[in-house]
Amino acid sequence: MMSSDHMHRRWSNLRKVLERSGPFCRPDFEPSTETLQFLLDNCKILVIGAGGLGCELLKDLGLMGFRQIHVIDMDTIELSNLNRQFLFRHKDIGSSKAEVAAKFINTKIPGCNVISHCCKIQDKTEDFYRQFHIVICGLDSIIARRWINGMLLSLLVYEDGELDRSSVIPMIDGGTEGFKGNVRVILPGLTACIECTLDLYPPQVTYPLCTIANTPRLPEHCIEYVKVIQWPKENPFEYAIDGDDPQHINWIYEKSIERAAQFGIQGLTYRLVQGVVKNIIPAVASTNAVIAAACATEAFKLASSCSASLNNYMVLNDIDGIYTYTYEAEKKEDCVACSQVPKEIEIYSPKFKLNDLIELLCEKPDLQMKNPGLTAYINGKNKTLYMQTVASIEERTRENLTKTLVELGLRNGSEINVADITTPSAIVLKLKFVYCNSDM
Amino acid sequence: MHKLVIVVLMLWGDHGQTALEGAHVCIINATALGTEILKSLVLPSIGAFTIVDGKKVTSEDIGAKYVLMKKSCTTDNFNVAIVYLLNSFFLETDSVGKSRAQVATQMLLELNSDVRGDYIDEEPDQILYNSPDFFNSFTVVVATCLAEKSLVLLSQKLWELNIPLIVCRTIGFIAYMRIQVKEHMVIETHPDNEIPDLRLDKPFETLKKHVDSVNLDALSFKDHSHVPYLIVLYKFLEKWILSKGELPKSYKEKNQLKQMIREGMRRDENDISNSEENFEEAVKAVNTCVGCTEIPENVTNVLNDDQCINLTAKVLEKSTVVASSSFWIIAKAVKDFVENEGGGLLPLKGTLPDMTADTEKYITLQQIYHKQAIADAEAVWRRTLQLLRQLGKSSDSIPERDVKLFCRHALNIHVARGTCIADEYDSKIFDASNIGIVKSLKSTRLKLLQNFRNIKHHVHILQCLENPESMMIYYVVLRGVEKFQTEYNSYPGEFDDQVEPDIVKLKTCITKLLNEWGCGPLIKDDYVHEFCRFGGAELHSVSAFLGGLAAQEVIKFVTNQYKPVHNTFIYDAVTSNSGTFFF
Repeated sequence: MMSSDHMHRRWSNLRKVLERSGPFCRPDFEPSTETLQFLLDNCKILVIGAGGLGCELLKDLGLMGFRQIHVIDMDTIELSNLNRQFLFRHKDIGSSKAEVAAKFINTKIPGCNVISHCCKIQDKTEDFYRQFHIVICGLDSIIARRWINGMLLSLLVYEDGELDRSSVIPMIDGGTEGFKGNVRVILPGLTACIECTLDLYPPQVTYPLCTIANTPRLPEHCIEYVKVIQWPKENPFEYAIDGDDPQHINWIYEKSIERAAQFGIQGLTYRLVQGVVKNIIPAVASTNAVIAAACATEAFKLASSCSASLNNYMVLNDIDGIYTYTYEAEKKEDCVACSQVPKEIEIYSPKFKLNDLIELLCEKPDLQMKNPGLTAYINGKNKTLYMQTVASIEERTRENLTKTLVELGLRNGSEINVADITTPSAIVLKLKFVYCNSDM
Repeated sequence: MHKLVIVVLMLWGDHGQTALEGAHVCIINATALGTEILKSLVLPSIGAFTIVDGKKVTSEDIGAKYVLMKKSCTTDNFNVAIVYLLNSFFLETDSVGKSRAQVATQMLLELNSDVRGDYIDEEPDQILYNSPDFFNSFTVVVATCLAEKSLVLLSQKLWELNIPLIVCRTIGFIAYMRIQVKEHMVIETHPDNEIPDLRLDKPFETLKKHVDSVNLDALSFKDHSHVPYLIVLYKFLEKWILSKGELPKSYKEKNQLKQMIREGMRRDENDISNSEENFEEAVKAVNTCVGCTEIPENVTNVLNDDQCINLTAKVLEKSTVVASSSFWIIAKAVKDFVENEGGGLLPLKGTLPDMTADTEKYITLQQIYHKQAIADAEAVWRRTLQLLRQLGKSSDSIPERDVKLFCRHALNIHVARGTCIADEYDSKIFDASNIGIVKSLKSTRLKLLQNFRNIKHHVHILQCLENPESMMIYYVVLRGVEKFQTEYNSYPGEFDDQVEPDIVKLKTCITKLLNEWGCGPLIKDDYVHEFCRFGGAELHSVSAFLGGLAAQEVIKFVTNQYKPVHNTFIYDAVTSNSGTFFF
């Protein structure tokens, strides 16, 4: 057991801001020794992702007095992680990120109790997520962010339309790319959620197939051609492409060089091939450190309520000097995830087919779905319109794709349930036919 | 290695990485902040580091499981054994009693076996006194938690040596960073929104010949929709200038040009205009690509700089004149190019954005730009050689690839001149009326943003202080805290029973400073109270925040890429706002 005297000194820095009041504290903040005890003993934090941001977060939280920390990450450690994920060493390659990170922190910060979960976020139930006071995301996947957002929203309790505030689990989200980063604080149900601001994420750069196949102009087009067309056709190693297998990269490199030469395209390098195949986002230790630190500060402010939280979005860019900008992202009235109002989808033509609808759901900037499965209540029966993810159902429902919505029995005002990997629970969309009847 | 660093090579390239791996950084004081900065440098493989720190890791209780260390941020005669714990991740349980510099060095080296690290178990003052040449060989020096007196000495020394100095400090929720550099030149600034260098209004010979050879009306349906938008834009701009005599300038005129292009789209058999993607792209490009090609003001300033006009050859012993660096020699060659072959324009950048087109048409156009850029760079290279001869330097003292790099980025070169930190502490030199705000941003003010960023005029400290949102107040209070430390050998509010009396003392310190600067006293005591509440506490997450940013600034200096902070950065973790000031 540690003596109270040690406790006293060990956290003397934190104690100054927690046990003294100040002019810029939140009005409801009361200086007390209990706040530190709460951080140390009771405050449960979930860190999602044990990568570049996750490693920093765990260290920052541990040194800011948090000790009841869980970390979840399904990945194993790769050589290429070592230049910024500082809790990992060469000997750890191949081991679980979450496990190694947790062990490292627990050894280095006495008293810290990090519990690791080496699995997908989707493997955990509502009961798992409900135990936390705060969830912090250090992810590079937008889908995972959206899923967690949906999960925390699904934990909200409404009584007579009123949100029960004790069911709100704040979510702090950090993201980096190169010398840029952002931090946001989300109070699910109260402030803008990930889906409210989905249009902030630019859709991934994709090259049209006809460009890749017929009119390549950039080295990237040649690499994509080999990746998307030549690889499946020739299947050189009888495996899917593994971006970490040098033989695979080499094969793609050589074929891409051939194609580039054929079209007179210059600038194709081995490194570019690696970048395109693995879809590498530039990342640097310093930006991760900055963004994770800002997330940890927000966690500290939320848990102790010593100061007001970031309201609610900060962007950082240190390409030209250091520039930060803080603003309040606004909650969307008809947010598909957090508004309680079914989202309306306007249909402009009677010829609109189910296939068109699915395409619309994937392309609309505020929906950006991946492989939506659709069901609807038609003529008193629950009917699966289309589902891609289960092969037998896909086969059975494929013919619906080319039918119009009207042919499928859908009417103005019909509600469709949509399931997608971007959300843990199905969302409801309401069809609104906005064409005149004379069009029919 | 190749694979290990690919994600950073995308940011600063092989040459940037080579520079990083050749750099030697000195960190003064292995505080949490100091070790955080080093961590973000060791991970991407900085060449070498040296830690200067005379403090010991101490423990009041030998049996303690925790790292105890003597508070370091004060002067030497500070002898009250305050311990603070575990703020740094890079100190361990069994390190009590050892040199803090030594322990931190060992721990940091564990992160990356390619990095060399050593330490000096001495205070910076001692080093400056005993071996004044010690700092000569460093690429950048970073100081954390340095007392006023030492800071002034160090700043003067490094100013003399022209070695960049980065000074960092965090107290409570406030972070401060000041960069001192005499002169810093950047060729690769990596601007966020780069305008392509297309020269549509002033086409070079080969471009003109090529576009003239294309007749849009004679093209087949398929070819028409596969002409690069650049050619489409060129054609319509030519038509515009023919009838109006000058480039479209106003929003209205640009819209008219857009309309012309839209009408130029081919119609199908039903007379419904076809959506030709290349024409759509041309319409979009009107806003960004139609403008007068000229030399931007910042580049003109560089080309007209004294250092550029008056190159110096050799340095006489003990002379204060410094021989012209490669940067200025190449800049002069570019200036000569502009005034001769360039016909008033910079060497062509030579890269094209991607545009909808068939392969052959795009590659042909790309080659035309590429070849012209090579020709321009060769002309600059010849002029560089000529200058080297005139200066009596050998022709291999500047490699051709440096000239090419300069030409490729000529539109965005950047020169910044700084000021010496020591001057801020000399009330005779330090003129409060000369403090300018470059940026001071407050949330929810999107529209003012651009204005703020452009404001360069000087504003009085007093004026800043009248603005309740200005971060300038933190500079003033931090200076007050430094003065307090010098006078009382402790932080204001460091001891629980001294918070109230310290508020009065800190206020007095600040009033004295403001008097020296010719400013009236502070109107509100809020910030004085807040800093006494902090009591000098270093919060790990605030230090980690600044640590990452400071490491980034080091990388900017070492790689000579991206623009560093010019020259003071302040961050408030309570509101998440930051500001940049120039002192």
